Amino acid sequence: MVRGIQDSQKTLKSRQVPYLAFSASFVFIIMMFNIPIPGGSTGHAVGGTLVAILVGPWAAMIAITVALVIQALLFGDGGVTAIGANCFNMAFVLPFAGYYIYRIISIGSPKGSMRRAIGGAIGSYFGMSIAALFTGIEFGLQPILYHAADGRSLYCPYALNVAVPMMLSGHIFLFGWIEAVATFLVIKYLQKEDPSVIL
Amino acid sequence: MKTITKLWMLIIILIILAPLGLILPEYFKAGSAWGEWGIDEIRQLAGYVPMGLEKLASLWNAPMPDYAFKNWEKKPLPAMGIAYIISAAAGVLIVVVVILIIGKLLAKKE
Repeated sequence: MVRGIQDSQKTLKSRQVPYLAFSASFVFIIMMFNIPIPGGSTGHAVGGTLVAILVGPWAAMIAITVALVIQALLFGDGGVTAIGANCFNMAFVLPFAGYYIYRIISIGSPKGSMRRAIGGAIGSYFGMSIAALFTGIEFGLQPILYHAADGRSLYCPYALNVAVPMMLSGHIFLFGWIEAVATFLVIKYLQKEDPSVIL
Repeated sequence: MKTITKLWMLIIILIILAPLGLILPEYFKAGSAWGEWGIDEIRQLAGYVPMGLEKLASLWNAPMPDYAFKNWEKKPLPAMGIAYIISAAAGVLIVVVVILIIGKLLAKKE
């Protein structure tokens, strides 16, 4: 977080602030679109990789953190005690993984190229999947680390063998694809409008 | 029109469409995201309420819980949809204000 603030002080220019505000708003609103999956649960996209492609991964971390904190404090979504874990997964792991996958795929390609749009989609998909894997591991460790004398978990009742497959499957089969399509469409659109706004 | 203006129009469209994120799960009888259960939900799923969670659950009371107004749990779906749009708009507004403050503090002038 400190590193993100320092980096942003160096690289964030006043003309980028509107894009930072858009980024945080986009992440906030996209997470309100709960998508049902078989098994009675829901999930959502994050928009983290797209935001990182717009403002860079460190500024993306700040934008996503703001969205998550307001979501938890005002709307009781995600949870106040889970802000730390949520920020690590969705504001750090996701944008960095997605952004650098995008950058590697885009090496040597012009900003308006199809390769960049596809790179953004692939980065989004894997960014989501990697973040979901981290989240599943964090959930699954809880019953091992924190349990009452009777063996019942103090927090998450499911261990790694349930938590990791549950988190991964939803994101690999559905939410990751939605994230990828959303990123692809917005990048395609921006390439047509003004390719200079993407990194 | 400037690119950023068009992007804000996208946000406004998403705010108006936001109730889809409420109606679709309702239609398919889907509950919370995996791991984001409320106390009642977790009791149904796991058969018990984890003690640590029970203690932490009352730590914070959000002013607009679940993107609705307080004590609105039993309102019909259209009313919840409107509350959802209002929550989305209010949330975006507050996010923008917070980012503008952060931007003032961090961004260098050109």
